[in-house]
Amino acid sequence: MIRLIPRVENSTAMVLLSPLLALTLTALSAYLIFVFILVDIPVSSVFFTLFVEPLIDSYYFSELLVKAAPLMIIGLGLSIGFRAGIWNIGAEGQYVMGGIAGSAVGLYFYNVEALWLLPLMTVAGILGGMLYAGIAAFLRIRYQVNEILVTLMLTYVAVLFLSAMLQGPLRNPSGFNFPESRIFHDSAMLPIIWEGTRLHIGLIVAIILSLVAWFGIKKHMFGMQIKISGSAPRAAKFAGFDDNKTVWYSLLISGGLAGLAGLFEAAGPAGQLTPGLPQFYGFTAIIVAFLARLHPVGVLFSALLIALSYVGGENVQIEYNLPSSITQIFQGMLLFYFLACDILIKYKVVLFKTKN
Amino acid sequence: MKYQLEVSNITKSYGDLKANDNVSLRIKDSSIHALLGENGAGKSTLVKIIYGSLSPDSGEMKWANNEYSPKSPFQARENGIAMVFQHFSLFESLTVEENIILGLDSVGLNDNFSEQIIKYSKQYGLDINPQQVVGDLSVGARQRVEIIRCLMQNPKLLIMDEPTSVLTPQEVADLFVTLKKLAADGCAILYISHKLEEVREICSEATILRGGKLVQSCIPQEHSQKELAEMMIGKKLTELARANIAVGESIFSIDNLSRKSDDIYGVNLNNIALKINKGSIVGIAGVAGNGQDELMELLIGEISSPKTTLNFNGQDIGTLNSHERRQLSMFFVPEERLGHGAVPDMSLDENMLLSRPDSTEMTSNDVIDWKKVATHSKNVIDTFDVQTPSSRMLAKSLSGGNLQKFMVGRELIQNPELLIVAQPTWGVDAGSANNIHQALIELADKGSAILIISQDLDEILSLCDKIHVLSEGKLSDAVDMKSKGLEKISQLMVGGKTQ
Repeated sequence: MIRLIPRVENSTAMVLLSPLLALTLTALSAYLIFVFILVDIPVSSVFFTLFVEPLIDSYYFSELLVKAAPLMIIGLGLSIGFRAGIWNIGAEGQYVMGGIAGSAVGLYFYNVEALWLLPLMTVAGILGGMLYAGIAAFLRIRYQVNEILVTLMLTYVAVLFLSAMLQGPLRNPSGFNFPESRIFHDSAMLPIIWEGTRLHIGLIVAIILSLVAWFGIKKHMFGMQIKISGSAPRAAKFAGFDDNKTVWYSLLISGGLAGLAGLFEAAGPAGQLTPGLPQFYGFTAIIVAFLARLHPVGVLFSALLIALSYVGGENVQIEYNLPSSITQIFQGMLLFYFLACDILIKYKVVLFKTKN
Repeated sequence: MKYQLEVSNITKSYGDLKANDNVSLRIKDSSIHALLGENGAGKSTLVKIIYGSLSPDSGEMKWANNEYSPKSPFQARENGIAMVFQHFSLFESLTVEENIILGLDSVGLNDNFSEQIIKYSKQYGLDINPQQVVGDLSVGARQRVEIIRCLMQNPKLLIMDEPTSVLTPQEVADLFVTLKKLAADGCAILYISHKLEEVREICSEATILRGGKLVQSCIPQEHSQKELAEMMIGKKLTELARANIAVGESIFSIDNLSRKSDDIYGVNLNNIALKINKGSIVGIAGVAGNGQDELMELLIGEISSPKTTLNFNGQDIGTLNSHERRQLSMFFVPEERLGHGAVPDMSLDENMLLSRPDSTEMTSNDVIDWKKVATHSKNVIDTFDVQTPSSRMLAKSLSGGNLQKFMVGRELIQNPELLIVAQPTWGVDAGSANNIHQALIELADKGSAILIISQDLDEILSLCDKIHVLSEGKLSDAVDMKSKGLEKISQLMVGGKTQ
């Protein structure tokens, strides 16, 4: 018989080992799935395309980083809110709203070439995401409405709002009625940091933000407020923290960062506002945040891992005609195994002989 | 001499920890037998073994001279062992009778429970109405329901775990009458307590445990309270005495403080008024659930109070939050340790930061200096003898008593001008309680003011020079202790008036 026994102390070894264990189990399960579904294709070559090629081919690697950047930025914001026990599930909606707000500024000045334009769009993007998440904060504080439901449902509203904007005010006047905006001109586009690829400055911004967040969580009372409020609300009051402020901070920060990622996506790889802006980054970032155990620097690495599954998934889709849901299966299994393996930090497995 | 229960050489280990190490205990027929020991001495383990919810690693038990090794509490009850737990297991929305029926292992359809309940109630002075809803009953009455529920099984041994910790003095006296009658009628009682005065009053024998081992079995009347306490903790106790009661000018006052509770089950505070002078220890006695939690929230500043109701050193502080109040040198120790006064999943270092006046320099402009924090927490750990491998341990990994020492110490090293503390020794062993009391007295001797809110009347009586009683959200005037003080307090605790 197998039993889980609580450990006296958390195991530091398992803190490091559990992600590796989860990764191994995911790879094993993926292998088994491939063995069942693949006909006439060697599993090893699919594995190579899925997991290795994106890392050794420079184009694929740059695409991996392009996809990782928004995941990092959104995941960072979510990890702060989740620490406080504020469950912003609708980062996707805030991402879309940020993208719309920032793009609207860029499109308003479509004939102005100026250095200030991109920063202004960035601010608008952040504000768009913040305001959208702020709705959930306001409703929660004023009327005790659950923020999980509000943020999630507002995501669908945001996607429809995007489509309305692209059929209306933001549509390209000379675009043959396609629901797309004008293409951004140069001063409304993010600088490219790797010549010949789509890799933009967003990656650097993500790394800087992660260090700032790490300082805030580790060295500043702000981090303590967030952690204490999430872990023991009454103790937060005892310490003199205002619980309403915690709700505001959590949602505004995660919303603002999601908005920033949305604008970066529009002003970066897309180069215009299209109905294809929402790409599930807002939801996938939830996995990113948890894989990183809500650690602001860890988010950088978990975002890379998840981005690998995106790029690898697209590659096997193109090369072997496999369905794109391979990516989601992979991400789902990873989170599932990760959460399961984390039990081993607090519990140990003991084999019993059944007594009789 | 006949023994109802003989426990011989019981050993029970959890990993490396021996919770019971070769413990023996013999309970005579019709006697009240005390089981004494600090927290972690192994009392609960021993009782659980007797009650069948744990099985020992080695050792044996005899029940009325027959082999006895219960596999479950059900078997223990079948043999005639009943237990009243410290935390009652009653359904508040059901009546007394329904609760009693629910607790029985087997119920016949035709049994007339009401009559039986009234029979026991009369026989043992357990005043109870079978048709009343339990939610409306006082704590003492709920305990009577639990006792009657046990009596329905005609026990030969009744185990009572800390039965008086929540009772008023009058209720304690009534309980003792009942217990003596029960014993006289042939039901032995195993009485678990750390209140030595009570043990000396009603128990004819006492078994003392320390660190899982048997210290000795003795007749409690042959030893002084202090000797018993020292056997329990294994070292000498410091005598509590104020070196110098120099009451100075007023430092803190509550005026006309009323508040309707946000919680429908909460208590509304009504017109609370109180004054504390420098160098004095003021106590608020009362049974739990009479507004203590609600008052504490207002005093800490977790909820702000109306203007002019709270005054500290001439400053209106009603609207300040707890952090701002600490800056003025007011400090607090709440009753609830895990989740209120400390964050269970955080280290002691991190927990230091819950109480962080600027004077500690643990933070400047909200940036944390972790080195300073570690110095302070180490200071608390050393000064107050907190048993922990390091200040990086999680708060929840400490025993209740150790965490309490840490929490009280965290506030005391700030040298507060006013310390407000709820239940300073709740669940703390006698030795640690003695240390905490000593530290409070030293603080007051230095001229600080202390407000103690406690259900433990002995604690209040031994420390405080002014005593108020909180009942149903109303605070009495200070009780004049010169004549019949205890009697007045007792009346006030149950909501009566003093003349």
